[in-house]
Amino acid sequence: MFKTLTMTVNGAEVSIPVDERESLVDTLRNRLGLTSVKKGCEVGECGACTVLVDGEAIDSCIYLSVWAEGRRILTVEGLKSPTGELDPIQQAFIDEAATQCGFCTPGIIMSAVEIVGTGKRYSREELRKLISGHLCRCTGYESILNAMERIVEETYKRVGK
Amino acid sequence: MFDIESLYQATGIQDAIRALQADERAMIISGGSDVLIQCREGRLAGCSLVSIHGIPELMGIEQAADGTVTIRAATSFSHIANHEIIRRTVPMLGDAVDQVGGPQIRNIGTIGGNVCNGVTSADSASSLWALNATLELHSASGVRQVPIRDFYTGAGKTVRRRDEVLVALHIQKKDYDGFGGCYLKYGKRNAMEIATLGCAAMVRLTEDRRHVADLRLAYGVAGPTPLRCVNTEDAARGMKTDEALLLHVAAGAVAEVNPRTSWRASKEFRLQLVSELAKRAVRQATLNAGGELDV
Ligand SMILES: Cc1cc2nc3c(=O)[nH]c(=O)nc-3n(C[C@H](O)[C@H](O)[C@H](O)COP(=O)(O)OP(=O)(O)OC[C@H]3O[C@@H](n4cnc5c(N)ncnc54)[C@H](O)[C@@H]3O)c2cc1C
Ligand code: FES
Ligand code: FES
Repeated sequence: MFKTLTMTVNGAEVSIPVDERESLVDTLRNRLGLTSVKKGCEVGECGACTVLVDGEAIDSCIYLSVWAEGRRILTVEGLKSPTGELDPIQQAFIDEAATQCGFCTPGIIMSAVEIVGTGKRYSREELRKLISGHLCRCTGYESILNAMERIVEETYKRVGK
Repeated sequence: MFDIESLYQATGIQDAIRALQADERAMIISGGSDVLIQCREGRLAGCSLVSIHGIPELMGIEQAADGTVTIRAATSFSHIANHEIIRRTVPMLGDAVDQVGGPQIRNIGTIGGNVCNGVTSADSASSLWALNATLELHSASGVRQVPIRDFYTGAGKTVRRRDEVLVALHIQKKDYDGFGGCYLKYGKRNAMEIATLGCAAMVRLTEDRRHVADLRLAYGVAGPTPLRCVNTEDAARGMKTDEALLLHVAAGAVAEVNPRTSWRASKEFRLQLVSELAKRAVRQATLNAGGELDV
């Protein structure tokens, strides 16, 4: 059955018909064209489909679209500034060469948004745990952790908690 | 698209109960991190779902005047792990749910789903068992409070009827006050891994801090359901906190559990883990209770 879903996606309110059997990753990719949200495993193992729902990172492949009613969704498309510049988190990933094929990158960046948003300082070991819901088949994770460390540190210096 | 026959989003507990009664094939979905996986795998193909996702009266943690800690069933793991009440009263449970899956799973998975799936490897189950949690089930025929020791009936099976909603879990003050606790999970990886074995130990010390006043030892994956080693616990009371205590819990536990061989690990390896984790968890629980243990 189709339902009208109203949610805020990347800052803008959208109202669209969705099939109640649909996963959020399908709605975001196929109905809204937000293809930064990747489909890897579709069973919550790889994190490629990670988006923020009301500020919390979730695997959108195992999230029913109807659950997003009235909620705020954030994807990588919503990170760029009004003038089109990259978010400092994205820039940190570039500076540290933390992306190779790029398939895992949007998902990890969304987890990074949640982590950096706390304004806390994390050890490398803590960051390892905080990105454990993501699989990367290219980088070996070290460069990703470098990027995370850099941006967490920069943010802490600015807003430190 | 998930292979779902129908989905009804309930607006509250009563509405969910009504919807479950109206469709005798319907089952509950909460965070969906078990149900939606089984839909994908085809095991639940064509299911009818009543969603209790996001219902405010099913979320949150409170402490009553008598100290009882109540965790509502649809509270997600990440909201439990660092909650002030949990850290202050039952930190072992907070540590246990902080080891479920990865961060995104902890943001979506609920403690209610973790016990209602009836699975022996559920990371919260052994701690809840050690804490003597009571499960509050609501249905059209009323409310019943089920002690966790009466909840599990077999692998993946519980006494919960299809049309009963787990509303909350309660932990009484006498079951946490003065205890030190420790949950240890053994898995092949440090994250995103179902437990090969889970062990929850709690220790309360006598006034001299050198003897055991009370001890609890619970396991996941050491049998078809989570379980407690009650004989070992009984015999541990009054014992001095020394190496003999650790040897006692290790040997006692091995005699009380009943693990099996699966693709994850052999029965023999699990028995080795039962013994080793008992020692480590009881040791840490003793230290967390403010005791000493010179071994
Ligand atoms: C990638 C991945 C990793 C995982 N890792 C772990 C892990 O490390 N440790 C672990 O323990 N689990 C793990 N799980 C399993 C799962 O996340 C947990 O079991 C979780 O607690 C399920 O909760 P849920 O709300 O998502 O359940 P759902 O899928 O919504 O429901 C699970 C079952 O419980 C029933 N149910 C749910 N809530 C209620 C209620 N309030 N009243 C009555 N019945 C109810 C449902 O009908 C269903 O049978 C993992 C899952 C995934 C996908
Ligand atoms: S596609 Fe969602 S976790 Fe892999
Ligand atoms: S960069 Fe290729 S999967 Fe991570």
